[in-house]
Amino acid sequence: MTETVTEAAAPAVPIPTTDPRVVRTIELIWREAELLDRKAYEAWDSLYTDDGFYVIPIDPEAERFDDILNMVYDDARMRRMRVTRMTEGYAIAAVDAARTVRTVSRFVPESVSDDEVIVRSAQILVAYKRENHHLWAADLVHRVRLSPDGPIGDRIVHKIVRLVDSESAVPAAGFLL
Amino acid sequence: MIENVMGSAPDELVREDRVAGRLYTDPELFELEMTRIFERTWIWVAHESELPKAGSFKSTVVGRQPVIVTKDRKGVVRTLLNRCRHRGASICEKPSGQVNGFTCPYHAWSYGLDGSLRGIPYPDGYEGVMEKRDLSLGRLRTESYRGMIFATLDDDAEPLEEFLGDARLWIDRFMKQGGGYPIKVLGRHQFSFRGNWKIQLENTTDGYHFPIVHRSWMASVDSETADMMSFMTDPTCTTHALGHGHSVMQMVPEHSDLDLDDRSEPLQGRFDDVVAELSRTLDAAQVRKVVRAMHGTGFNLNLFPNVSMSAAFFRVLRPVSVNETRIEHVAIGPDGPPELAVVNRERLRIHEHFQGPFGFGTPDDAEGWDRVQRGAAAAPAMPIMVNRGLAREKPSPEGWPTSHVTDETGMRAAYAQWKAMMSDD
Ligand code: FES
Ligand SMILES: [Fe+2]
Repeated sequence: MTETVTEAAAPAVPIPTTDPRVVRTIELIWREAELLDRKAYEAWDSLYTDDGFYVIPIDPEAERFDDILNMVYDDARMRRMRVTRMTEGYAIAAVDAARTVRTVSRFVPESVSDDEVIVRSAQILVAYKRENHHLWAADLVHRVRLSPDGPIGDRIVHKIVRLVDSESAVPAAGFLL
Repeated sequence: MIENVMGSAPDELVREDRVAGRLYTDPELFELEMTRIFERTWIWVAHESELPKAGSFKSTVVGRQPVIVTKDRKGVVRTLLNRCRHRGASICEKPSGQVNGFTCPYHAWSYGLDGSLRGIPYPDGYEGVMEKRDLSLGRLRTESYRGMIFATLDDDAEPLEEFLGDARLWIDRFMKQGGGYPIKVLGRHQFSFRGNWKIQLENTTDGYHFPIVHRSWMASVDSETADMMSFMTDPTCTTHALGHGHSVMQMVPEHSDLDLDDRSEPLQGRFDDVVAELSRTLDAAQVRKVVRAMHGTGFNLNLFPNVSMSAAFFRVLRPVSVNETRIEHVAIGPDGPPELAVVNRERLRIHEHFQGPFGFGTPDDAEGWDRVQRGAAAAPAMPIMVNRGLAREKPSPEGWPTSHVTDETGMRAAYAQWKAMMSDD
């Protein structure tokens, strides 16, 4: 008996990463990554749409997050509160947070239109705090809404961060993925 | 003048009002704790909802020993050592699931859900050498109370109910947050911190840190929830020591027994949508019950040594080494008709807001504990103070040593149990 392996829906003809709409999306993803490493959380939040979601699930298979426990499942309201938490100076974990450096690469465009692009990617992040380096590896999915006004208006509709160790114990973090 | 805690024997390291900093840092004490506490007493391993039917299993640890908790064909819950009787391979590496039995991946010895050895490939080599019945998986004594399943490696341990003692009353109360339905596990966060397990054990009975460490969380919740957790100067908020190292810390005493409801307390405005949705199918009394219990019970019940039934979740701790501990925060909710999905959705969001590696509460706790571990490296004989409220500690009518919720009565109780178990060989 042959086993059926289900793969993420891949377009029949791969979408080139050189497609200008994909290029715009990748540039936004890199901009986001740099803002997070710099802990520029206000600017980071402004990259999301008002109906945008930022999710770090536990269940690696999950596509819907309402009825399951997640590490992060932020709508605009929660995301804004999170930014306040990270920046207002009360949260001792954020005040003394690890320094992070992340790279995002291995981009695979999943769908492209003039309004919206979905891109999958890999993120490798190293966090350093008190003599310890910690590695955080994740698959990312970004759904980005392209603006008629050009790249400056492009916004993230959702970002899903699937950690390779999401079902195991990770350190409690004072930064965002 | 606060005297240092000298000596190195367990009974010298713990006094009524202080313990030596060495308790967090000494690897030899840690080894002793594993054998004298974690391999001897009752360790929480599962909630019954995690084993819904025959063939359900969950893998976990007792102390440092990997185990599988199973429900066998007859519905009996078993705790089995996760170790093949042939040459020691682990037989199950999945966190949970549904199986007919376990087959070792190495030479394919197979075991039933009750741990009995069922099959050996090419068995002729064992003829006249051994009998299968002598090589069942190691079995741990397993007992449960109100759906809380515990196991022990000590066949002579007292019965579970005796060990729980007066904590049973509080377990009964805790379960009332199902609003008339049983409770079930909804999911769990897992995180690790670089510190000793007892730092976390103390924390679940530490009301004192709450408004300081959790200021960021307090600032982010609605005013009703923030008021509910404003217990610092409320004299009705108390902590009781319940015996055997167990204690209960009542942050919201009006929610300690959720059956007591004079209906004067309004339901929180943040749940208006949930109330509206539930009211389409449930009667008003039932709606009030589940919504009033949305934040769980009003107390943390700390069960020595590894589980706390903490307001609306279970906190489970797992010592890894003297300076590393893993924590699970297990979300729970009522196990009722499908209409209650809206309640559990709300409870999941409340849990995510505070708990887990990216919650608004847990990372700040973890930062505090990390700092304790690092600080305790200085002067191992210098004491950790657990004397808060010692002068105002009085017995309650039930005879439980009682003090204010911000006092360290629960920690003193846990350390007294630690000392008794560690000194007894
Ligand atoms: S070690 Fe398990 S069958 Fe050999
Ligand atoms: Fe805390």
